[in-house]
Amino acid sequence: MSQDKDREVLLEKVREFEERTGHTVDSFPDDPNNTASVLKEHRYLSEPLSAGDAGRRMFIKSLTGFAVGGVAAATGILSWLWMPGETKTALLRRTFEFNEKLSQIFYRPSRLAPEFAPDQVTAPRTNGMEGLEGEIDTAAYTIAVGGLAGRTEDLILTLDDIRKLPRTEMVTEFKCIEGWSYIVMWAGVRFSDFAAKYLPQTHNGTQPDVVNRPQDLLPYVYITTPDEKYYVAWDMPSILHPQTLLAYEMNGSPLKPENGAPLRLASPTKYGIKQIKRIGRIEFTAERPKDFWADPQYGYDWYAGH
Amino acid sequence: MAKQLEKKHPLAVRWLHWVNFPLLTMMIWSGILIYWANQVYSIRIFGYELFHFFPSSFYEVSKIDFWGFKIPDYLPPWAYEWSNIPYRLAEGLQLHFFFMWFFAGNGLIYVIYTIASGEWRALVPIPSSFKRAPLVALHDAHIVKKPPPQGKYNDAQRIAYTCIILMGAGSVITGLAIYKPTQLSWLTSLLGGYEWARWEHFYLMVGYVLFFVVHVFQVVLAGWANFRSMVTGYDIVDAVEEQPEPPPTEEVPA
Repeated sequence: MSQDKDREVLLEKVREFEERTGHTVDSFPDDPNNTASVLKEHRYLSEPLSAGDAGRRMFIKSLTGFAVGGVAAATGILSWLWMPGETKTALLRRTFEFNEKLSQIFYRPSRLAPEFAPDQVTAPRTNGMEGLEGEIDTAAYTIAVGGLAGRTEDLILTLDDIRKLPRTEMVTEFKCIEGWSYIVMWAGVRFSDFAAKYLPQTHNGTQPDVVNRPQDLLPYVYITTPDEKYYVAWDMPSILHPQTLLAYEMNGSPLKPENGAPLRLASPTKYGIKQIKRIGRIEFTAERPKDFWADPQYGYDWYAGH
Repeated sequence: MAKQLEKKHPLAVRWLHWVNFPLLTMMIWSGILIYWANQVYSIRIFGYELFHFFPSSFYEVSKIDFWGFKIPDYLPPWAYEWSNIPYRLAEGLQLHFFFMWFFAGNGLIYVIYTIASGEWRALVPIPSSFKRAPLVALHDAHIVKKPPPQGKYNDAQRIAYTCIILMGAGSVITGLAIYKPTQLSWLTSLLGGYEWARWEHFYLMVGYVLFFVVHVFQVVLAGWANFRSMVTGYDIVDAVEEQPEPPPTEEVPA
């Protein structure tokens, strides 16, 4: 046999294969199997079956699949819909608390929010007038401080006592939980400077050391307006963050009444709901304090931390 | 003609796929409750506001006028009343920060499974997928008759299904940037700042909705057997004919 003859046999076989399957070299890239073949997809095929057998097997698989899926879907939907209101509320509140614990594990006071140039300040927006009813007399204004080391009674401070502490300015983004934000220039006293001057009690009776041993301090701070109609709770690590201020100026002028005159909190570590205006009393406390927007009728996150 | 049952989708993929549906629904729903508290969020195309996500108090008729047909760019009051969304920000936050764990977890398990099982081979686009994907669209539009190359997924599916996973990762990343903009300020800055991160998070959601619409449309077109295979894992296919013997390669004496 000659080589030519062999070649003809081979070509004939290839031609026959191409005719039967439709796969040709020239059919690339339109070949129906080429995507699969390029990446060597495996096909998992049963043994050949009659059309009837295949249909019957498929029917059983469908019955099982849709029954299991239907039961799973119904269980999920009904257990969510029929879950008692208190159970659902508790579940969601505990999720907030779980998220809070996790956030605190990863929290570092050294991580700062970006600061901006004074000319990047944007038009402010005012929201939330709870606890701001009535006029205030700035000259006679006092701030009560509870939970101080070596004291059982509140210490009464004037605005001058606050202004005597080191002044800090910052231009940061104020973020409302409703979703809007703007850039504000604040001036005031770092809460950590305030706490270093007016030392909070410790939970273990040791001498308070705000800078080196903040973990020994009472873990919470409860702040209210003078009429106690608005109140916020802070965790100690967030309030000692270097960008948490007891602010008395906003955008270069003294705070206006609607922005919290004469003294408010300002901090990029939490949403605006936590940055209480018109501070009347500050209390260091061992008990986890209540918080206006975290109260059950509102249901916001107690921590609300950034 | 003889038939074969072909195993198409592993059990894990089917569960992860279907579980993702209610999870993503809850994430989108609760996300809308959150976005709804602020009026800036809307869908704009080339500066035209098609749809404004905000309350009826801001309702007005758009200035866009197509031969007398004015497009309302805010949700009309009746739709706003009907949807019962007003003042549910706290509830939105509660749900969002609950379901986020399951949504992210489901996605993470899917990615790990897809990599570990080798399923990714059928799923990620290959370089030529981008060249051939338009063929799929042209075929779907009945402009090109010849069906596009189809493995387990065709080239457009490879691109779409890989994109949706990347979008999921994008939602987690932009979400984290909004959730902890001070502790993760490097990430928030990388995304263009807090406001930008919120927009990116929002537009990824719009992307999911568009994906969902096209996905459901395509599934309806593809028919029952295709849908059933995502539930049962199997499809009935025509029996593959035996492969022809390889052509003789032995040396033939001259």
